[in-house]
Amino acid sequence: MPAKTFIEAIREGMADEMRHDGSIIVLGEDVGKKGGVFLATDGLWAEFGDDRVIDTPLTESQIIGTSIGAAINGLRPVAEIQFADFIHPAFNQLVSEAARLRYRSNNGYSCPMVVRAPYGGGVHGALYHSQSVEAFFTHVPGLKVVIPSTPYDAKGLLRSSIRDDDPVLFFEHKKMYRSVRGEVPDGEYAVPLGRAAVTRAGTQLTVIGYGLMAHYALEAAERVADDGISAEVIDLRTLRPLDKESVLDSVRKTGKCLVVYEDNRFGGYGAEVAAIVAEEAFDYLDGPVTRMAGPDVPGVLQPRPRGLVHDQPGEDRRRDPD
Amino acid sequence: MAVSDRSASHLGEAVGLSDEQLIEMYRLVALTRALDERMWVLNRAGRIPFVISGQGHEGAQVAITWPLRKQHDWVAPFYRSIATCLTFGMSPRDILTAQYATANDPSSGGRQMPGHYGSREHNLVSVSSPVATQLLHAIGIALAAKVRGTDQVAMTFMGEGSSNQGDVHEGLNFAAIHKLPFVFVVENNGYAISVPSAKELAVEDVASRAGGYGMPGLVVDGSDVLECYRVATEAVDRARSGGGPTLIEAKVTRLTAHSSDDQQTKYRSEEELASEKARDPLPRFRAQLVDAGILTDHVEQRLGADIKAVVDDATQYAESQPDPDPSTAMRWVYAEEWPSEAPPPWGFGTAGGHAEEH
Ligand SMILES: Cc1ncc(C[n+]2csc(CCOP(=O)(O)OP(=O)(O)O)c2C)c(N)n1
Ligand SMILES: [Mg+2]
Repeated sequence: MPAKTFIEAIREGMADEMRHDGSIIVLGEDVGKKGGVFLATDGLWAEFGDDRVIDTPLTESQIIGTSIGAAINGLRPVAEIQFADFIHPAFNQLVSEAARLRYRSNNGYSCPMVVRAPYGGGVHGALYHSQSVEAFFTHVPGLKVVIPSTPYDAKGLLRSSIRDDDPVLFFEHKKMYRSVRGEVPDGEYAVPLGRAAVTRAGTQLTVIGYGLMAHYALEAAERVADDGISAEVIDLRTLRPLDKESVLDSVRKTGKCLVVYEDNRFGGYGAEVAAIVAEEAFDYLDGPVTRMAGPDVPGVLQPRPRGLVHDQPGEDRRRDPD
Repeated sequence: MAVSDRSASHLGEAVGLSDEQLIEMYRLVALTRALDERMWVLNRAGRIPFVISGQGHEGAQVAITWPLRKQHDWVAPFYRSIATCLTFGMSPRDILTAQYATANDPSSGGRQMPGHYGSREHNLVSVSSPVATQLLHAIGIALAAKVRGTDQVAMTFMGEGSSNQGDVHEGLNFAAIHKLPFVFVVENNGYAISVPSAKELAVEDVASRAGGYGMPGLVVDGSDVLECYRVATEAVDRARSGGGPTLIEAKVTRLTAHSSDDQQTKYRSEEELASEKARDPLPRFRAQLVDAGILTDHVEQRLGADIKAVVDDATQYAESQPDPDPSTAMRWVYAEEWPSEAPPPWGFGTAGGHAEEH
């Protein structure tokens, strides 16, 4: 199997599906000739043309609202929001419209569309190019939320998301685009939505993460293994619908649970996971469910010897000698 | 029927409609009014919880919806669009079951507030409550029509107050850039609930904004049914033939309070309310058809009896339909059926649209 970067897998996932299904269109800011600011859609415009790869004006609500209409009239739009931080102008279209269309029409209408957006910190994005926005949307019945962590899953989950008949938000950690590589088979395969993956088996502690944190959780588990601690790691992959059974099975086995998320701690997605574990696996726990999350400030902070600082361009040059 | 019966009067010839079509247009305006008035009676009698009326808007709605092809073109309506929905294929029973929130209400199966119409069968997009969102849906529908080459036109309707929303700005810009087959209809009744248009708009006409988006903007007297029809026909033809979108602003009057929960005498004077009656499209259209010799006593009697029977039938029908089964309230948050491919929960979806035609 060829090894590919995270972003190559995403690009391939879109291209494969577009070859397979003429009803798929891609739309967003700079997704055409340029191929997106991260190059996730690079080559699609050349292959599929103006009608199916559409450079939109700088109007996020329009991108989502138009996608909803296009989905109503027989297309499967894959919209790109250039940064997850800029999805908020489209909040109303996502929450009041895309999420509710099927329910409010008693299954008369549906809204098969995917919204891709790069999220997360660690690339000098400071307050407005670093956010994790998943909790705003996992809260909403009618939306599905996917956050892959490997190239294999990214391609397989993107395929399932595009083929799904409901709106799916597909968040991609931008720090992983080029730093994460992995095996991706050439043929057609899909990773089903709503299934977590146990990425490391262990007996004494369950660590639950997603996106970049799924990688950090694995790294940490390897480190504490040297101290004789056996941690099991779960990569959620789909946040909504949540694969509750995989989470609960693991916690019932290990008796301890740590939920890791990059977003601000208060009211973050991991708080829901922690509440579910506390409610449904209480008798198996031998300690409180614990969260490790971002501090409650706007933006993403990075640890430096002089303390936590905003993750800014130039921060590396200014950093104190370790 | 003998051919001579179908011949157009001078009035019909002038606007390109047969007398039968003119009578049908009139029937729809009068039917909508009667149905709307019935809703208020039912509301005051405690039978339905809420009414939001189209009274005063019906002439423009019927005439502007008329040039569209039913079950082919698309409409994204708003809460006052009763006449539009009837013209585009919904029935009075459909409208009243939505008011009663019955289990078989085709708009939402009794899930939404009254006034939130929609019908998959008739290409009427389901109405939601946040105003103006539907404009982008109509534009997306028009985009899909263009990409798929379906020859469809999408039309949306809203009030002048709602036309100030950001979605309208974003959408009109996009529709004009791509010359989409789209028509935007503003029903300007001078008020957004209690706020008069002078406090909503710095310009006299919403239509004057159209030029800034790169599309024609037309103002039409919404009580002049045939003029509305003429303008809409032009806009729909332009859209269908690749000429791009049009903004039509119909100046209408709101003959009722904003809704059954509003007391409009608090912000509109008795004199204003009395003088606005002169802008009612129903008597104006009637007089036009009577003068042209199309609406004879005989025809009018037949229509009156027919409308009364249809409204009574719809009322009795809606009254007798069961409420939704509470056990269905959790359904249809997501798709429940996966007709093709592997079927795990949250699996592939229908994978619909993998059609050979592409
Ligand atoms: C986003 C949003 N804000 C506020 C409201 C409450 N609201 C409903 S109708 C309305 C007035 C709309 O006026 P206009 O667009 O002129 O339409 P009209 O009711 O006059 O036909 C308001 C403020 C709403 N439904 N949605
Ligand atoms: Mg108004």
